[in-house]
Amino acid sequence: MITASQKPINEIIGLVEPYKKVLILGCGTCVKTCFAGGEDEVAVLASALRLSFKKMARSVQIEEMTIERQCENEFIQEASESIKRNDAILSLACGAGVQALAKRFVKDVVLPGVNTTFIGIQERPGIFTEECSGCGNCGLATFGGVCPVTRCAKKLLNGPCGGSQKGVCEIHPDTPCAWHLIIERLTTLGQLDSLRTYIPPKNWNTSLSGGPRKLVREDHIL
Amino acid sequence: MKTFSRLHEKLSQGQFAVTSECGPPRGANKEVIDKKINLLNGYVDAVNVTDNQTAIVRMSSIAASVHLVAAGLEPVMQMVVRDRNRIAIQSDIMGAYSLGIRNILCLSGDHQKFGSQPDAMNVFDIDSMNLIRTVRDMRETGKDMSGFDLDVAPQMFIGAAANPFADPFEYRVIRLAKKIDAGADFIQTQCIYNMDRFKEWIRLSREQGLTEKVYILGGVTPLRSAGMARYMKNKVAGMDIPDDIIKRMDGVDKKSQADEGIRICLETIEELKELKGVSGVHIMAIEWEEAVGKIVKQAGLK
Repeated sequence: MITASQKPINEIIGLVEPYKKVLILGCGTCVKTCFAGGEDEVAVLASALRLSFKKMARSVQIEEMTIERQCENEFIQEASESIKRNDAILSLACGAGVQALAKRFVKDVVLPGVNTTFIGIQERPGIFTEECSGCGNCGLATFGGVCPVTRCAKKLLNGPCGGSQKGVCEIHPDTPCAWHLIIERLTTLGQLDSLRTYIPPKNWNTSLSGGPRKLVREDHIL
Repeated sequence: MKTFSRLHEKLSQGQFAVTSECGPPRGANKEVIDKKINLLNGYVDAVNVTDNQTAIVRMSSIAASVHLVAAGLEPVMQMVVRDRNRIAIQSDIMGAYSLGIRNILCLSGDHQKFGSQPDAMNVFDIDSMNLIRTVRDMRETGKDMSGFDLDVAPQMFIGAAANPFADPFEYRVIRLAKKIDAGADFIQTQCIYNMDRFKEWIRLSREQGLTEKVYILGGVTPLRSAGMARYMKNKVAGMDIPDDIIKRMDGVDKKSQADEGIRICLETIEELKELKGVSGVHIMAIEWEEAVGKIVKQAGLK
């Protein structure tokens, strides 16, 4: 999933303050799963904003709505009536959702209510970890299913740096050394010798370095 | 046999080599470099010039290396892949060679999180292994990474780092082999305090014939105080300082701790001189260049 975390309330207040009618628009997929922008978070945020504006003696109308996915047109359409009757949309979707709205509603103000963080998983309840950078050229087969591009702080492809001790990355005691995990996995799989193979410089052209990317599926173009 | 630098020449003759380190200043003051040059000149075969070490912004490694060249002291230009992409790396290597720099040490670089500007974006376009191969390919094929024939290709003596004390231990020898395959001519190791572990690493390397293929310079850092020993043990990534070393430093009064540190360092060098597969010593007296001459003289290396 794409993970996100809600922006601090004071930052959100600053963003929506200039407007009289604000729609908080949640997204029912990724950001719901990571507790940042689903129906529940929309409701809690709406209450907090109403209370804050009341204390400030400001009249700002807050409307709440959550759609299934803000990154897909057919769901976005469901929100068009609500969007029309408000001055601004505070989207609790990831950056893709925010921009999808901005593309469809060119005359409306769309504001981000969350910080989009990464492509990851919920490792255990409440703990989300980054697993993939979307580099466009997956090498997980070589690395025993552990991605060094994403999970090594130095994106090393040819083995661990000298800062790894007791399986922990030098940058943070909570961060496992990706290379430690790779070596463990390949040892288990009896493939440790494959790490002797030199990995040439990565082609970053398929990543964001090559500019914004586009996926074209001819067979689905109408 | 063609040698690429004076350090290379000395090692190829089977002589025990001594290298040291010079950290460029946090500013543009050439006098800082000159002072360090004066302290080191005549004692060591070559001096590593660090590249924004610990991710703290300093005078560039290339510029500081050129100051050494001008003074007749041979630099080992350190280069990290943290701050430059492959375009800048190749360009800087060519520039460095044109300025008379003949040794390079290829490194990943400390993560910027530890530095003075942790907000910076890192690069890591290629890794240290790729950097070694790049310098080797330039030298052997005369081409850059795109396969373009260079007018004059840099011909450098290529160094790499090894940390026998980092985990996982079993992998450390594989990594050394890989660096040699990529093109490393010499290796400078992390500071040795845990001699048992170092000897084990050398033994495994020797068994695989690796010490025949590369010159290994054992790293040593004289401890200045018990406090420094403790700091390095607990705060510096990849450092292995056994408790008996700390105890030994604690065992002498504060004023004599620096002398004790030098004594430990000398004992380590004595062991390294006798160790088959070790070709020299790399003395990293961090901001304590005064100690280097003393150590070199007392170790009988000059």
